[in-house]
Amino acid sequence: MSDKYLVGFDGSEQSRRAVDYASDRAKKSGANLHLVLVVEWSPYSFHTPEELNERHRRREQELERANTVVQPVTDGLNKAGVNATCEVRHGNAGELLCEIAGKEGATQIIIGRTGDSALAQRLLGGLAITLAQVAPVPVTIVP
Amino acid sequence: MLKRFLWAVIGLLFMSSFAHAGDGIDKLISDAVAPFVYPIVGTVFYSVPIFGVSFPLIVGWLVIAAVVCTVYFGFIQFRGFKHAIELVRGDYFEPKDAGEVTPFQALATALSGTVGLGNIAGVGVAVYLGGPGATFWMIVAGLLGMATKFTECTLGVHYRNEYKDGTVSGGPMYYLSKGLSDSGKATLGKFLAIFFSICCLGGSLGGGNMFQANQSFVQISGIIPFFEGKGWLFGLIMAILVGIVIIGGIKSIARVTEKIVPGMAILYVGSALIIILMNIGSVPEAVGAIINGAFAPTAVAGGAIGALIQGFKRAAFSNEAGVGSASIAHSAVQTKHPVTEGYVALLEPFIDTVVICTMTSLVITITGSWVPDDGVTGIALTSKAFEASFSGFGYLLAIAAVLFAFSTMISWSYYGLKAWTYMFGEGQAKEIAYKIIFCLFVILGSSMSLGPVIDFSDAMVFAMAVINITGLYLLLPKVKALLTDYHKRLASGEIKKTK
Repeated sequence: MSDKYLVGFDGSEQSRRAVDYASDRAKKSGANLHLVLVVEWSPYSFHTPEELNERHRRREQELERANTVVQPVTDGLNKAGVNATCEVRHGNAGELLCEIAGKEGATQIIIGRTGDSALAQRLLGGLAITLAQVAPVPVTIVP
Repeated sequence: MLKRFLWAVIGLLFMSSFAHAGDGIDKLISDAVAPFVYPIVGTVFYSVPIFGVSFPLIVGWLVIAAVVCTVYFGFIQFRGFKHAIELVRGDYFEPKDAGEVTPFQALATALSGTVGLGNIAGVGVAVYLGGPGATFWMIVAGLLGMATKFTECTLGVHYRNEYKDGTVSGGPMYYLSKGLSDSGKATLGKFLAIFFSICCLGGSLGGGNMFQANQSFVQISGIIPFFEGKGWLFGLIMAILVGIVIIGGIKSIARVTEKIVPGMAILYVGSALIIILMNIGSVPEAVGAIINGAFAPTAVAGGAIGALIQGFKRAAFSNEAGVGSASIAHSAVQTKHPVTEGYVALLEPFIDTVVICTMTSLVITITGSWVPDDGVTGIALTSKAFEASFSGFGYLLAIAAVLFAFSTMISWSYYGLKAWTYMFGEGQAKEIAYKIIFCLFVILGSSMSLGPVIDFSDAMVFAMAVINITGLYLLLPKVKALLTDYHKRLASGEIKKTK
């Protein structure tokens, strides 16, 4: 069975570079790619009643918009000869990437760096730092 | 979008200049409505003297309903407490539903509608009039009210309308009409639903709006002398803030209050805990005073009965169990089983009354701030008690009161909107019309001392309870059936923990 690389993707410039890097690697090693787009969401946030009422519709819209971002990139990879799949999830990026890595049997997680300053990362808890601390597989951060 | 916002602002400016026109208008309106309003207020709050204390029958109505629900569901608030915590923690939340409304979010939103002035000012009144013993009865009423909340929120989710666009509408108007129609009482159901909607609309403009605006103005003008006598200006600012959130759809302000209100609640309870720890030596004495006061008080009008009445009254006013308002907020949750939301909702009176209200009265009792008949009551008494340990706490309390009032207004604007759309149908123009009216009432509430109108609006909130509880009695067997079915599925392993 070939390796599987998990790629964190959010449509940003940095995450596109991570996809490029992963696709180069995959071409060499014959690994599969699995792109994950995480819509930041917490089950413990506070909302007004009106927001709660619209939540279900908003969620559908979020999923749809996310799909239009990640699907073309996945299709492009497949066309270029890299075996790629994708999924969109709601939740915390760090937790979900680790969970999906386990579920998919990924051997590596590849993400783009966010480029925030060290202070902002420490205060806000960047994805890279979270993964460095808890990821079950090696993590590559693409600058 | 910009246009409708401009119209709203122009309307607000017009209203405020009208309200500012002088006390003459206050009096004119008060005098004009008084003859119609007082009979209604008198009916809703009809009181009978018991041992020299006037006892509003509506409080008895709420407490009896709570006792009936408690017994009918076999003390579900105690047996189901652990399960409720598990549900809120997300133990049963399907991962595939990530992104939907979680039980925690529904509970937090419903709580922000009830945690408010009642927890700060109402408790001050209860302890002043009823003595420390009122605390005991307040806790009893809070514990009983949990069963009422369970019942109404289960029904709210079960009979909600789910629309194609993904939005939902639920609440007493839906379970009254649909639920009673199922049991062949369609006409009665329709009548009760409309009647409930009218009261809910009145309550949203009154108890959920004017009363809140009025009380926060009193707080703010007390600490910022600039605002003294400028209620219209304060009202205008509040109305614009409320308008930005509910009309402008600009969620940032709501988001700020969402973050601040729970923070304030934690700060409030935290401060109370610190004061209790600082006076840990006096705790046994205070508990003694509360227990003694509950059964054999001295220096309280009406003795033990007086304490009981005050405790019951303030608990009912604070947690709104039986009013039906919370079931509107809970209806948006993502669940396949309505009973789960009932379980979650029963935590609401517990947090609101048994925890937060009790903290307030413990602080008052422990610091010895309660002096019978010295005239210090309501929020002033609460403030005095906290100031005894932390000077300057009064300011914090005033800010907390205003923020609580703001979040209560946002919640009630939604409850009123749901009643409005139930009666007049959904549609953007209709919804905007209601929201503009709501903002105008914010200015009215804080700029006028409309005694009778505010009494009336408060009466509307409790008129909701008269109708809602009538419906609850008729629908109890339905809830029982849902509960039995849920537990069968739970026992068979069909519903199981997801983590």
